[in-house]
Amino acid sequence: MNMETFFSVFPGLMEGAWLTVQLVGIAVLIGFAIALPVALLRVSENPLVRAGPYAYIFFFRGTPLLVQIFLVYYGLSQFEAVRDSFLWPVLREAYWCAIIAFSLNTAAYSAEILRGAIQAVPWGEVEAARAVGMSRALTYRRIILPRAFRICLPAYGNEVILMVKSSALASTITLLDLTGMARKIIAVNYQPVETFAAAGVIYLVMIFLFATFLRWLEKRLHANLSPPPGMPN
Amino acid sequence: MTIKKTLAAAATAVVLAASATAAQAQDTIRIATEGAFPPFNTIDESGQLQGFDVDIANALCKEMEADCEIVAQDWDGIIPGLLAKKYDAIIASMSITPERQKAVDFTDPYYSNKLQFVAPKGQEIDTSPEALEGKTIGAQRATISGQWLEENVPGADIKLYGTQEEAFLDLASGRLDAVLNDVYVTYDWLQTEEGGTFEFKGEPVYDEDKIGIAVRKGDDELLNRLNEALAAIIEDGTYADINEKYFPFSIY
Repeated sequence: MNMETFFSVFPGLMEGAWLTVQLVGIAVLIGFAIALPVALLRVSENPLVRAGPYAYIFFFRGTPLLVQIFLVYYGLSQFEAVRDSFLWPVLREAYWCAIIAFSLNTAAYSAEILRGAIQAVPWGEVEAARAVGMSRALTYRRIILPRAFRICLPAYGNEVILMVKSSALASTITLLDLTGMARKIIAVNYQPVETFAAAGVIYLVMIFLFATFLRWLEKRLHANLSPPPGMPN
Repeated sequence: MTIKKTLAAAATAVVLAASATAAQAQDTIRIATEGAFPPFNTIDESGQLQGFDVDIANALCKEMEADCEIVAQDWDGIIPGLLAKKYDAIIASMSITPERQKAVDFTDPYYSNKLQFVAPKGQEIDTSPEALEGKTIGAQRATISGQWLEENVPGADIKLYGTQEEAFLDLASGRLDAVLNDVYVTYDWLQTEEGGTFEFKGEPVYDEDKIGIAVRKGDDELLNRLNEALAAIIEDGTYADINEKYFPFSIY
């Protein structure tokens, strides 16, 4: 391992890391915004309402993300109707194609995580809310969803971490994310071991920072569960 | 037979088998090609590697009387794979460049190449570097086309693809204003249905490209064998036959 190469590739890779952060950040926000309504429809008692979200989740969990990215980027552009439509200025950009594919993918997983959490909210709490006369919407807003968010946080954090790593697939559609940048550098220096090792270190640091934030958030949301100051843990 | 004898017999069999494999391995030359660069190297419907590079590889092996195993390898990992001894030679339309010569050794050239832009028919495109500023131009990653673009038109939006086929796909979809690529590969694509509405633009921007076979540095024995075999197949007309199979003109 050539340490000189290992250190010299960091400035270039950091540029790529910034694109990775953007892609994942935007995709996770959009993905969550989609996941919430999908999860709510998914827990509906009406089978017809449940069917749509079910089909959506079935497709996006059942196919590889790489296939989804290729379908959005190379697939849609095959159709003249798409190329002539008002969507083309967005769809012609690899950046937005990656965000669309990532968002839809993470939304499907997040919706399932959220559905599980909603169903795991203790029934007694829902019953109590009803007993004090809360409407259905108010019960969701004040009791079920806040509880569900706390319940799903570890699983959801996992999903975001998986997304950070899956975002390496953006490099297959010309984007110079962290992995794309590493490949571009390797094309010139022919030292994949050093270059990918450096990229791996940056992924590790990014995920470590996120995991630390997650732990802090979990602690805050579950303040009632930690022992009072001075007590043994 | 006692257990001891059985074990001894089994052990002997294993040793014999292992030495046979070792002897075989010595005589086998492993050659890498890409398999996504028609008509030079591509994978046909039955999953077999085909193309000019593959035919040249087979002709060289026949001439050297060596067993050859040709494997497909992604382009941007093809030199690292050679250095990691996953195979012994690269016959994949690789341009001989000073940068690559720092990492590998090349045989004598086995064909000559030029770089030329391709864009939709009927669209006027000035291919001078100044005029290309701000245009979106595609090329394959880790190729001299990509390198040429980065050195000569840094003001353009350069998109680099894993394979040449993907670059053509994006030219056809309209994401790219033009693609810079090896002329014979583009020539072949222009004959296809998809490439029918495109044409070469301007003069070749670079015409001194020589294509060679890469081997690990210091592997002089293989290098000399390949050079001798190459001279022989050019001499006896085998090369001309292969050339004719793909192009109605000489590319040597």
